Amino acid sequence: MVEEIGSTAAGDIIINVGPQHPATHGVLHLVITINGETIQKVEPHLGYIHRSIEKMCESLTYRQFIYVTSRMDYLSSHINNHACALCVEKGLQIEVPSRAQVIRVLMDELTRIASHELWWGAMAMDLGAFTPFFHAFREREAINDIMEETCGARLTMNYMVPGGVMQDIHPNFQRRVKEFIALFKSKVNEYNELVTGNIIFQNRMKGVGNLSAADAISFGCTGPTARGSGVSCDIRKLYPYEIYETLNFEEILETGGDSFARYMVRVREMSQSISIIEQLIDNIPEGDFQAKTKAVLKLPKGEFYQRVETARGEFGVYMVSEGGTTPYRIKYRSPGFSNLSALDHMARGSKLGDLVAMMGTLDLVIPDIDR
Amino acid sequence: MTIEALKEKITALLPSVLFEEGGQWPTILVEPADWHKVAVLLRQDDSLSFDFLFCLTCIDWKTHLTMVYHLDATSYRHNLVVKVKLEKVNPAIETVSDIWQTANFHEREVYEMFGVNFLNHPDLRLLILPDGWEGKNPLLKDFEDPINMIKL
Repeated sequence: MVEEIGSTAAGDIIINVGPQHPATHGVLHLVITINGETIQKVEPHLGYIHRSIEKMCESLTYRQFIYVTSRMDYLSSHINNHACALCVEKGLQIEVPSRAQVIRVLMDELTRIASHELWWGAMAMDLGAFTPFFHAFREREAINDIMEETCGARLTMNYMVPGGVMQDIHPNFQRRVKEFIALFKSKVNEYNELVTGNIIFQNRMKGVGNLSAADAISFGCTGPTARGSGVSCDIRKLYPYEIYETLNFEEILETGGDSFARYMVRVREMSQSISIIEQLIDNIPEGDFQAKTKAVLKLPKGEFYQRVETARGEFGVYMVSEGGTTPYRIKYRSPGFSNLSALDHMARGSKLGDLVAMMGTLDLVIPDIDR
Repeated sequence: MTIEALKEKITALLPSVLFEEGGQWPTILVEPADWHKVAVLLRQDDSLSFDFLFCLTCIDWKTHLTMVYHLDATSYRHNLVVKVKLEKVNPAIETVSDIWQTANFHEREVYEMFGVNFLNHPDLRLLILPDGWEGKNPLLKDFEDPINMIKL
């Protein structure tokens, strides 16, 4: 058998993937121990894009700190902003006008679709197919245009503020969202024809990166990563915020626990988000888009926690206030950080080539992990 | 389980713990020496079964540190917050990464950001910060870094 040399067994080779590697989608550095082609251990080295956002937020006011959170999970920036706005509103007990609530949920769901589109294209590209990326970006572009018109930005929107949204929706908003829905519905079958039903993709994803339900919970996995293992964890259903309890949508669960199950959850989730948007787009109530708030916000002494469902899973804002104009301490519970911690467990014993399929279906966004 | 029933259940199991009022969820205060024992109980008791540690962090109160654990039970959907007060100088507490595997990464983060020593942790090293940052803990309130920190 193998002879132990230090902590590495004979025949083991240590290779570095990243920090600059196309398959890691950002600056993630993995130190992988392999024996032949079999993975013995995967050790993530984080921090290449660490900006100490939590420390930064301690010196920003309750109006300012929200903008920084767009730079964490930049594909779910609306939802990050939403969580922070909800947390401040919880502390100040602000009633948000119903128009703002509906606009917020619409934006959240558009963001979720855009994020899943990007993931879908990148995932297919990881596995060697370049074309799906263009298909995904065609639809994502339509969402970005909608965002640009209303929020003034395409990626880091900074649209949600304590009390509502920053400005009213653009007059074209409803028309363009409806156009997008029609576009998406006409194209979504292409996704399944191109990738989902493709035998090459299925062979690369089925039975790869298995994660049991118990392990998913223990590793703190959330979002599509955990729902692919059959763990019900959709915060929109379990701990509804904003107007989600009044909406009719399904929590997508798959029981396979492998990369293909996680893939299916995200693909099916896009249609659920479309259904939510359809329920709301013609029913945006008239009224204010922002509650009247004081110029300087002061949260009472205490601590506030808000959980929301981003495209990647459960995002939490834990805010400790000492009664001042800036938070005393803010902790961001980012979904990617916990999801990544399960990678070592999932990858052990698999082949090196399968690691890309596993990382792809974890849907990692590195700034969200490093913060 | 209602919040009252949950509180009663926890009081029956752990007569020594104190409840803190005013939070969003029931909050208990635990002594550092008891924490691992309490954690095992919270995880393994059939009617509590807190299997999901969704947030683990630390707060620097200048005179002391407070570890904060947010727990969720996926089968019952009740939540609990556990707070453990630690000394400011050489803070140390037992790891819970053997109970909730997510604690492994989260405790490494608290270790580098606050300097809390997690006893019996399988792999207590820097996670996010680059090599050479041992002993410098950025999220402590008295941390100063004239090169990297910009003050408004």
